[in-house]
Amino acid sequence: MPLTMPPADEAVLARRAEIVAALRRMVPGEGVIASDQAMRPYESDGLTAYRQLPMVVVLPENTAQVASVLGYCHREGIKVVPRGAGTSLSGGALPLGDGVLLGLAKFNRIREIDFDSRVAVVEPGVTNLAVSEAVEHAGFYYAPDPSSQIACTIGGNLAENSGGVHCLKYGVTTNNVLGCELVLMTGEIVRLGGKHLDAAGYDLLGVVTGSEGLLGVVTEVTVRILKKPPCARAALIGFPTSEDGGACVARIIGAGIIPGGMEMMDGPAIRAAEDFVHAGYPLNVEALLIVELDGPRAEVDHLLDRVQDIARACNAVTCRVSNSEEERLLFWAGRKAAFPAVGRISPDYYCMDGTIPRAKLPLVLKRMQELSAKYGLRVANVFHAGDGNLHPLILYDANKPGELERAEKFGADILLLCVEVGGVLTGEHGVGVEKRDLMPAMFSESDLDQQQRLKCAFDDKSLLNPGKVFPTLHRCAELGRMHVHEGRVAFPDIPRF
Amino acid sequence: MADNLTPHDTAEVERAVQWALAEGKTFELVSRGTKRAIGRPAQWDATLDLSGLSGVLLYEPEELVLSVKAATPLAEIEALLSASQQQLAFEPMDYGPILGAPPDAGTIGGAIAANLSGPRRIKAGAARDHFLGVTAVSGRGATFKSGGRVVKNVTGYDLCKLLAGSWGTLAAMTEVTVKTLPRAETEESVLVFGLDDGSACRAMTAAMGSFADVSGAAHLPAAVARRMPQAAGGNAAATAFRLEGVAPSVAQRKSLLQALLSPLGSLDVLGESDSHALWRAIRDATPFAADGPAGGRDLWRISALPARAADAGRVLAERVGAALLYDWAGGLIWAALPASADAGEPLVREAAVAAGGHATLIRAPAAVRAVVAVFAPEPAPLAALTRRVRESFDPHGVLNAGRMWAGL
Repeated sequence: MPLTMPPADEAVLARRAEIVAALRRMVPGEGVIASDQAMRPYESDGLTAYRQLPMVVVLPENTAQVASVLGYCHREGIKVVPRGAGTSLSGGALPLGDGVLLGLAKFNRIREIDFDSRVAVVEPGVTNLAVSEAVEHAGFYYAPDPSSQIACTIGGNLAENSGGVHCLKYGVTTNNVLGCELVLMTGEIVRLGGKHLDAAGYDLLGVVTGSEGLLGVVTEVTVRILKKPPCARAALIGFPTSEDGGACVARIIGAGIIPGGMEMMDGPAIRAAEDFVHAGYPLNVEALLIVELDGPRAEVDHLLDRVQDIARACNAVTCRVSNSEEERLLFWAGRKAAFPAVGRISPDYYCMDGTIPRAKLPLVLKRMQELSAKYGLRVANVFHAGDGNLHPLILYDANKPGELERAEKFGADILLLCVEVGGVLTGEHGVGVEKRDLMPAMFSESDLDQQQRLKCAFDDKSLLNPGKVFPTLHRCAELGRMHVHEGRVAFPDIPRF
Repeated sequence: MADNLTPHDTAEVERAVQWALAEGKTFELVSRGTKRAIGRPAQWDATLDLSGLSGVLLYEPEELVLSVKAATPLAEIEALLSASQQQLAFEPMDYGPILGAPPDAGTIGGAIAANLSGPRRIKAGAARDHFLGVTAVSGRGATFKSGGRVVKNVTGYDLCKLLAGSWGTLAAMTEVTVKTLPRAETEESVLVFGLDDGSACRAMTAAMGSFADVSGAAHLPAAVARRMPQAAGGNAAATAFRLEGVAPSVAQRKSLLQALLSPLGSLDVLGESDSHALWRAIRDATPFAADGPAGGRDLWRISALPARAADAGRVLAERVGAALLYDWAGGLIWAALPASADAGEPLVREAAVAAGGHATLIRAPAAVRAVVAVFAPEPAPLAALTRRVRESFDPHGVLNAGRMWAGL
């Protein structure tokens, strides 16, 4: 799909050598990368369909350097794209040819672990999994667990408001971060939140979380850590139809049970996963549900009995409950390998990420099959069933002319379908460049204008990650204009006394 | 006499704000008015009474979602949810008792605008964590929406977080969507008596780091415990821990908690109804109720680190005779100070900062709130950012101007 990015600033490009020299003075040593060959690894993120070499890569080591670089770029009118580990699936870290790519990889230290306050203070380049590993010895963990957790970083998690498979019960990133240090595009440094609960003023941390690197650059994050539940057991339940599986999910929640994880796979995903990891998944079912309960043993056993009763009442044809940690992990192995498993049966696949009201699942799956026939491309579905977050995997072959374009159109149709049934364009992967031009399907011009005005409050020259999230770039001055016509609005004829 | 506008839908709210812009007027946003006495007593030209925006738009228990007009009373919502064994898990407190307003009169919009929570804050979060979607009218007189009706959503900026706790200074919310959650099937509480504040905070920290999975941990010093019938049994300070869930789970965790606490002092266990009553009283800080013996005191709400809370409490008690109640396992201190011209602000702010948090003045006479910073002052770059954020929604200061900070 042709992607229109902000036009390159020729005046900036003409000054490239001078800009690189200035950046080298701010970030000495090997922190400034300017050769095409060395910049190549930064040309795309997890959305590899789009590639662009940046003007220059800068890898600062401390907050003061980040502040110098941003302040300089603000004064000089140079665009900046922040980047964590580059695992974004929506092109959030796609470089700009006339912009600085600001990589936070060197911010990789855990600064403090405070078990009394149940928080960890980490630099943004620390991986998600490394936080849990650092507190594991005391029986704690960090709850959000995106599937890329071995590689993705906390800074990127905050920028994207990452989820994971446990977020119905434990929340997403925004529910698990307490504070951050943020460098504004002007180079000013602010602290939002802290180790304590609740913002003193506006909840700016809440709006920075999930802002896709458009509002500021995070240089430190304080996260909440939780005591790891003493027991976790999973049930593996097969259904003849997705309607039965969906009904079971609704009845589990309707019965007042909030599982630690609840994942569903459709027929194609089940078969691909089983062929790959041999987890013992039933192959004669069209929907497979993994329901994991965690907590005290007495609670887990009690609720698992109820879940099995509900499953039987929902026409489950198979139901197994894990009796050991090995078995529980085996149940998960197939689900966790679903993406690579699909990768084995197709040269390429395109991973989508919409959220729908759960009850619409059978309808959405049916319509998706119709779209699959229309586009002549197969689709496999994995579904965070508890929270309605759907990941359709569209199978295609990039070497066949036109298949990538068809896959992208198919994907866009799926996301529009999600919005049509009351859902949203993206549950956890972000808008980035991928869904940018679909935003008007969900938001009116007035909605988008208010969001962009907020951006102007943080970034008055629209220099930070421009071209992402918003389909149309507006100048801040233009957005600031009032559309109310002084003196010409009639005295409103609304009730008064 | 000030105008009082009473719109009934989003379009009427939009027209009202456009009228104010055209006329150069400012609005006080109000619905039931239960929290009207919180904040700076600024002067507004007119009242935008949103109480007509009431009613349930959508409730789907199996989807854990509720959409309502913003001024729908919390009592109505809680009754509706209760019929499906659900609740608002953030346990919004009722400011009525401490502010001398009628009890149970607040609205969902007010709960969100004040980012309310209750003792379950430590486990379930605050209103912001359950606020999924909104339709609102900005101070520019423009209607906008943000979020949606699903819990997992990263489409666009999360303006809901920003509106939560903004006290009506950014936009007038007209419709809100929140997450609902199952109510616990049962609850019990374990009380340990006779701990000093420091020992109590350490005990609460130990409980939070155990498998007890408590959904409330509060310390009631002796003077406060005496005013709470369910905690008065020990005739001493009481430290309370709430356990919620299915019966077998509560029983198992209760044993664990009893083993943890029994070396510290004598214990008591409260059954479901006493436990419920105790936590409701803690939620609403009723020992400091306006019609009680501490009703004339200035009341502060201090967010603190649990490990430093007792030190902050001691400073306030020794220096100015503050009466204290610790909630959120020590993360929240209610401090009632003898009435004074500055509500003890310098000392309270110093103690709050030393405790790693911040303080908000919740109750004081209007004359005091006019001269004392009610919300914590922000350092310069952050204050400037706050101002720009406010102006991005409300450049002319139409909505609740001056309520949070002077001149903003």
